Amino acid sequence: MDQRWFVVPNGLALEVSTPTGVQWMQPDMSDEPTSGCIPLIKKVVKASTHRGTRIVERQKAVPFWLDERVLKVLGQIAFLILVIAVGAWAISNYLDRDLTFTFRFLGEEASFHLAEGIEFSPTDSYARAFLVGVVNTIRVASLGIVLASLLGMVAGISRLSDNWLVNKIASVYIEIVRNTPLLVQLFFLYFAVILKLPQLKMKDEVTAIILPGPTYLSNRGLAIPWPRPSDSFSSWWPFLIAALIVVVVLWILRARGVQRTGRPSFNMLWVIIAFFTVPVIGWFAVPGNPLVLDVPIIEGLRATGGTILSPEFVALTLGLVIYTGAFIAEVVRAGILAVPKGQTEAARAQGFTNGQVLRLIVLPQALRVIIPPLISQYLNLIKNSSLAVGIGFLDLYAVSSTMLNQSGRVVEVFLMIMASYLSMSLTVSLIMNIVNRRIQIVER
Amino acid sequence: MNRKRFALIVVLMSLSLIIASCGTTECPECVCPEAGECPEVAVGGERFQLIKDRGYILCGVNAELVGFGFLNPEGEFEGFDVDFCKAYAAAVFGDPTAVEYRPLVAAERLPALQTGEIDVLIRNTTWTLTRDTANELDWAVVTFYDGQGMMVRADSGFKTLEDMAGATVCTTTGTTTEMNLADSFRMRGVEYTPLLFESTQDTNTAYEEGRCDGETSDKSQLAALRTAMAEPEEHVIIDVTMSKEPLGPLTAHGDNQWNDVVRWVAWGIMEAEESGVNSQNVDEMLNSENPTIKRLLGVEGEMGASLGIPNDFMVHVLKAVGNYKEIYMRHLGPFGIDIPRGPNELWTNGGLLYPMAWR
Amino acid sequence: MAVQSETMKPPRSEVGLLGWLKKNLFSTWYNVLLTIFSAAFIYIVLRAVITWVVRDARWAVVTTNLRVFMIGRYPRDEAGRVLVSLGIIVLMTALTWVFRKAKGKPRRWLVIGWLLSFPLITILLRGFSRESPFLPLVSEDIWSGLLLTLVLAIVGILASFPLGVLLALGRRSKLPIIKVLCTMYIETIRGVPLISVLFMSQLMLPLFLPPEIRLGTVMRALTGMALFSAAYTAENVRGGLASIPIGQYEAARAVGLNEALVMGLIVLPQALRAVIPAIVGQFISLFKDTTLVVIVGLLDLLGIAKAVTAQKEFIGLHKEAYAFTAVIFFICCFTMSYTSRRLEQRLGVGER
Repeated sequence: MDQRWFVVPNGLALEVSTPTGVQWMQPDMSDEPTSGCIPLIKKVVKASTHRGTRIVERQKAVPFWLDERVLKVLGQIAFLILVIAVGAWAISNYLDRDLTFTFRFLGEEASFHLAEGIEFSPTDSYARAFLVGVVNTIRVASLGIVLASLLGMVAGISRLSDNWLVNKIASVYIEIVRNTPLLVQLFFLYFAVILKLPQLKMKDEVTAIILPGPTYLSNRGLAIPWPRPSDSFSSWWPFLIAALIVVVVLWILRARGVQRTGRPSFNMLWVIIAFFTVPVIGWFAVPGNPLVLDVPIIEGLRATGGTILSPEFVALTLGLVIYTGAFIAEVVRAGILAVPKGQTEAARAQGFTNGQVLRLIVLPQALRVIIPPLISQYLNLIKNSSLAVGIGFLDLYAVSSTMLNQSGRVVEVFLMIMASYLSMSLTVSLIMNIVNRRIQIVER
Repeated sequence: MNRKRFALIVVLMSLSLIIASCGTTECPECVCPEAGECPEVAVGGERFQLIKDRGYILCGVNAELVGFGFLNPEGEFEGFDVDFCKAYAAAVFGDPTAVEYRPLVAAERLPALQTGEIDVLIRNTTWTLTRDTANELDWAVVTFYDGQGMMVRADSGFKTLEDMAGATVCTTTGTTTEMNLADSFRMRGVEYTPLLFESTQDTNTAYEEGRCDGETSDKSQLAALRTAMAEPEEHVIIDVTMSKEPLGPLTAHGDNQWNDVVRWVAWGIMEAEESGVNSQNVDEMLNSENPTIKRLLGVEGEMGASLGIPNDFMVHVLKAVGNYKEIYMRHLGPFGIDIPRGPNELWTNGGLLYPMAWR
Repeated sequence: MAVQSETMKPPRSEVGLLGWLKKNLFSTWYNVLLTIFSAAFIYIVLRAVITWVVRDARWAVVTTNLRVFMIGRYPRDEAGRVLVSLGIIVLMTALTWVFRKAKGKPRRWLVIGWLLSFPLITILLRGFSRESPFLPLVSEDIWSGLLLTLVLAIVGILASFPLGVLLALGRRSKLPIIKVLCTMYIETIRGVPLISVLFMSQLMLPLFLPPEIRLGTVMRALTGMALFSAAYTAENVRGGLASIPIGQYEAARAVGLNEALVMGLIVLPQALRAVIPAIVGQFISLFKDTTLVVIVGLLDLLGIAKAVTAQKEFIGLHKEAYAFTAVIFFICCFTMSYTSRRLEQRLGVGER
């Protein structure tokens, strides 16, 4: 009889004896009888006869070290061992240098001084110093994300504007910013623009730019008026909470109304009015003003009072907003272009105005496309905030760098940096993914 | 069909990778046709032999401190510290250009020495007990006596640190300076705002643009930075010394022979000033009858040989860079950044430079 | 009877300059407002920029230091080698352009030429040993300026490529351990900033290597760039792999190829072709990201811009130095992104 063997990758073959001879079938793929493959020693796994056709399932008798299933497991184990071995080798090299691994230094006195963000004095611990950095990064990143989204939205829509000039301004902005490195932009902004602002004071004369407020703009930063809670604040803040509760209740009522009748029982405006009325009532109900406007004054060498944004903070936030804004603009543009033209045309035909088309038809649909790349832009902004170190802003990375130089604990500090950035990235992805899921469902 | 081409590409790619890796790495185990292509670096006592085999010195310097080590418009390093690198190259190889400079930022300089990336670090590094013991480093000699000072604007009227209440002070991170600064102000109970930068240059720019009221660093650095400013006369270094800063070259722990060379070449440079030998008269001085000069220039004795370098090494050194006074005058004197010599005078002139006995 | 059909000409107000103006700038009342504001904005910005560029800026800081900007500390006597290298690249680019439509032999020679040019340029730039009379050693640790920026970007992306492809395959693998390890690597690197990876390669790498193995600062920065870039390459390649229809796998399996061959001969070549645009984009951002080596103390183009503003005669000329740097980066990045967009349109790469 004509012997034909088929060798299939997983070593299984079917031997089918029909009256016309023996044919081989590859069990998992095709029914085409195949022939002409190299014979190997085979052992019968299963044999049966079905309506006169004898079917023999044969296992290619491969030695176990060639068995693909075994090989897969072995290969993985080998890979794992390799990774572990390289790791162990690296760690042994590290230990050979008589270096230790301990986080005990975190409790020690830092004995350097940091002056940005939360309170810090040289007697505080390294752990506190690290916290200063983390808080500063979060400050810059959260403000940056909000502002960059706004700028990106405006620039992205302008990029699609019918107005030729607006369109071109947006394109030039986007192209210039996207095609130059962020660090160059930051250096330019900080060293060539912000540090060249006038001095705060020269020879006992205020030389800062004074804006209404009063707001002082100088190369010592931006001093702006800021509300500060007074003694009666403690009796006022319950009104704020009451306002929140009222809003939530109204919101739920409104949603119920929509569910029941398909039409809101009252205008959104009432919710907003309620939100503002309650605190205003409280404002007059409590004795004195709960919040007083603290205006900056120039005293001695520096401005005090109000809130003072350091030049480094301003430069970093501005730089990140301008840079990320350009990328978000492209994301927004792509999102809007992804909405089929028919949608706009249909809406126009129904008599929607341009603004309404954008607000009610295009943006809700574009958001679906926009959100995923937007997430990665937000993550980039957080990661890019580490460039603060180049312009002297005390963010997470800059503080870590100081900690490392003073404590000498390279590996420990590095692990702390990695862990912080990873957890921030994860948090943002998580929040944005929830938002994304909601939007996708709403869209259906 | 395409498999041939595929194979060709694979072969070419791996070939180029091999060549590229041979061409670009500095690892001893990389297979190179000639051993000389991969400069070998090792730690421990064999370093001096390695330097000699390698044929040049790896010298860690500052890249941005006018007067001590900086990049000139020719793209070459120059400065007080850089001249010492040249002196070592001249002493060991008779050729002041047998040096490869590694510009280092403050934070990476000590690890660079520990890990053997450089042979000698001469980058205004303060000799402290903890650094000397904890970091496995050996200082050789003090080439410059310094102290931490404070530079302020002349019109600010600051005379002492106490005047500076509420001031913003710029400093470079990764140095002992920021600790000393915190200590000094805390000791006096004065409140201040620090502003930290990664590089001296950024610190200085921020100060010069008026971002800070004061800049603190070693006095020599401040003087160097001051001369490089647009209007040096508008800035003064106030009369406060916040710390002692003895600066000098250092080598990794355990390279005793190499460390000896580093310290004796430096002392030789000082000794030459004391004996009146300089780059101009060194050839005449070979005929001098003064026994110290004879020993210094290797006319007599086996000084060089006992260090493992040519006996006439000081002749090469002096011809290359001159004696201490010449080096000082060239970079830190009136033609350079103009720092008064103060403690950096010879002991015979009331300074602290005291080269050990040359015999 | 012939019907005389006469096409009516559009009204004068719809054509020509006036028509264009009306349509694009003054169509509605708010467009008129926008136009006026934009024009004022452009006028103010342009005036400020032009006055500064033409009158106030002191470009001497750039012109005097032009060589330093380009090749930094590369020895003056050896500068010709950089020019020759540049010449090789220009020649190869020109040849590629000339034979862009050729198939078969010329194309094969082009591939070989490109592959050979990299080791050739490496040897040319780096040279042999210090004593060698011909091409003396110029260690990569003294490369600086634009040269260093280019080397970091090009070598970074090339070196990241093999690792990136392996990581992408690993992440798509059905083997759990390999998949988990590769995914962990990719996601960790993508979750942290480049500066922390550079920090690791500069300060930590030497601690984890035995004392005998020494890498120079540039090599360490390159290692960092490549490790960082590999994670992004991996994600791009993974995207390409995902775009290959499943039928391709099935067909390849059906003709009897085993898994490795299916990947190597059928899927990967198509996937790699599909990711060319993404890789170009990644190269552009890597090119921009090379500036971060300034923070770890290397003198790339931006580092040189910083260094020259410390020269006594040019103190404080940050605007000029950084503006020049930005212009160079802009020219390079814009050309690259523009060309790649054009090529993408023309070749339809990514649609195939």
